[in-house]
Amino acid sequence: MTAVEALNITHRYGRVTAIDDISFNVNEGELFGFIGPDGAGKTTLFRIAATLFIPAGGRMTLFGLNTVSRYRELRNHIGYMPGRFSLYQNLTVEENLNFYATIFGTTIKENYHLIEPIYKRIEPFRKRQAGRLSGGMKQKLALSCALIHKPRILILDEPTTGVDAVSRTEFWEMLARLKSEGITIIVSTPYMDEAPRCDRIALIQNGKLLDIDTPGNIRQSCSHRIFAVRHQKKYELLLALKSVPGVLSREPFGDAMHVSLHPDTTLEQLVRELEAKGLAGVTATEIVPGIEDIFLELMKREA
Amino acid sequence: MKRFMAFVKKEFLHIFRDYRTLIILFGIPAAQILIFGYAVRTDLKNASIAVLDNAHDDVSNDLTLKLEASDFFTISNHLSSYDEIDATFKQGKIKAVVIFPEKMASALTREGSATVGIIADGSEPNTASLVTGYTTGILNDYSSALTQQLTASLPVINPEVRMYFNPNLESHFMFVPGVITLILILISALMTSVAIVREKEFGTMEVLLVSPLRPWQIIIGKVAPYFFLSLVNVIVILLMAWYVFGLPVRGSIALLIAECMLYILLGLSIGILVSASVDKMENAIFISFMALMLPSLLLSGFIFPIENMPKIYDYVSMVLPPRWFVEIIRAIMIKGAGFAYIWKETLILLIMTLFFIGLSAGKFKIRLGEGGK
Repeated sequence: MTAVEALNITHRYGRVTAIDDISFNVNEGELFGFIGPDGAGKTTLFRIAATLFIPAGGRMTLFGLNTVSRYRELRNHIGYMPGRFSLYQNLTVEENLNFYATIFGTTIKENYHLIEPIYKRIEPFRKRQAGRLSGGMKQKLALSCALIHKPRILILDEPTTGVDAVSRTEFWEMLARLKSEGITIIVSTPYMDEAPRCDRIALIQNGKLLDIDTPGNIRQSCSHRIFAVRHQKKYELLLALKSVPGVLSREPFGDAMHVSLHPDTTLEQLVRELEAKGLAGVTATEIVPGIEDIFLELMKREA
Repeated sequence: MKRFMAFVKKEFLHIFRDYRTLIILFGIPAAQILIFGYAVRTDLKNASIAVLDNAHDDVSNDLTLKLEASDFFTISNHLSSYDEIDATFKQGKIKAVVIFPEKMASALTREGSATVGIIADGSEPNTASLVTGYTTGILNDYSSALTQQLTASLPVINPEVRMYFNPNLESHFMFVPGVITLILILISALMTSVAIVREKEFGTMEVLLVSPLRPWQIIIGKVAPYFFLSLVNVIVILLMAWYVFGLPVRGSIALLIAECMLYILLGLSIGILVSASVDKMENAIFISFMALMLPSLLLSGFIFPIENMPKIYDYVSMVLPPRWFVEIIRAIMIKGAGFAYIWKETLILLIMTLFFIGLSAGKFKIRLGEGGK
């Protein structure tokens, strides 16, 4: 069954188009990720899904209920975590959770099994005010609060932004567990490396979807071979790559340049050309393209 | 109901954990009462004066005693020559010097008149005119008593002035109603607008909106604690006014409380309207201060009588709730008037309340926004 159905969604702020004719489906029980840089339109899209925005065009349904006309019924089934953790800073961990439980007409006890694995981690600090928690703990508390009424769908807007690496990994493990409970999850992130954690991902840029598929398929969709080229003089390397024939793209990635080559150009030719330009000792190895490589390629194609 | 109570409880926790809120809620009313009560005085109490007695006879001694005996003055210096006057003034301790002429008693009996000099510190015009007024009053009392003694047969017209409702013209009668008016608008409008806008600013409003809570439940849950605290404040102010300044409520206390509730409701509805119109706490504070506090202070007739202002200010003040409320509360507290005398003002406040509730109900959104069309 389809959990989320979005058809030609468009949204504008004044003259700026934030969402440009987006359509997608999310299946029930699916962990669906929106991946894209800041300003791509993720938050706007999520607010439309959370019944907070009326889109300028198109329509969206969650479980067959329209987000505009049936918002009141829907609000019982949505667990929403906005981009900034919406906690009451001067209420304690326990008071925050209790408050959200009560306004959704439930109790902590009733759905404790659902939040237990998450909440257990912050329970020792339950008397601490939320404003004094670390980023990772705030994130866990916010997730607990969004979950406490046993929603059918979780809408998580950049839940891992501003959280340390360990907490990020833990967080994705929690999402996997919630998915196994049958909860549909849509989640957004600017971190490309989190993409493989999702069942399917949508790449979003400038309010448009570049692609929707499983992370594996998206990786294979890369039409070129990608090579990691390394040399100490990174700037000279970048300049040299610009003038090598057959180089389709070059993007700096950490200590290497990711280079895609025209099918007629070989690795040996590339290395030779670079050495001829005075970059002795340059190394180049073929790599499996990552989501980020694909993203950049799709972005170029779009432009 | 359970949801609502949880909301109210949460709101109280916010209030009691935020010391700034507590200061505004309870510190400011107490401070205002004490400041207005002791510092800002339009009546005179224990002003220091000096006496230069050149006569040293029965009359000048009598008058000196009378000055000292009144609550208005304390004689802090007894001067012996004119040369000391300037220096004493420059020390800044005294407000005026009263100078009795030489041979004052004999001048009175022989010539029928004597002149008493009063030199007041003109650098403080208000105090100076008060001091001279009160001194003249004491001298007049004395001389009319003397006149009656000496010339009982002559017809004399003695004006007998009585200040109705406020026989001693005490300023508490002015400021307690004023402070209540100010405090209520401050707490109800400013605090509620800030409390609601804070949820917007911290993003918690987003989650509340996505919850099954209806917008009116959110709003009532947010304002109910402030309604209650405002009432507590009214009672605290009235008790303070009673214990510290001995100011009674002459009219019906129930009526007074009911009118206060109406006024609080009005303040809350303005606060809700402000909160629906802005997204930042600074803006809420700014609007509440500029649009409510200052006009309440200046144009409500609480400090400056509206009758003395140019006509245009009179019209402006008519749209300000405090103007009507000050009249209501003065009528009840000081004149002991019943509802029959204030129904017009009450009706005006009621209409204003309904107007603002209607306006803010239309403005409050069930969503964050709509895609521009």
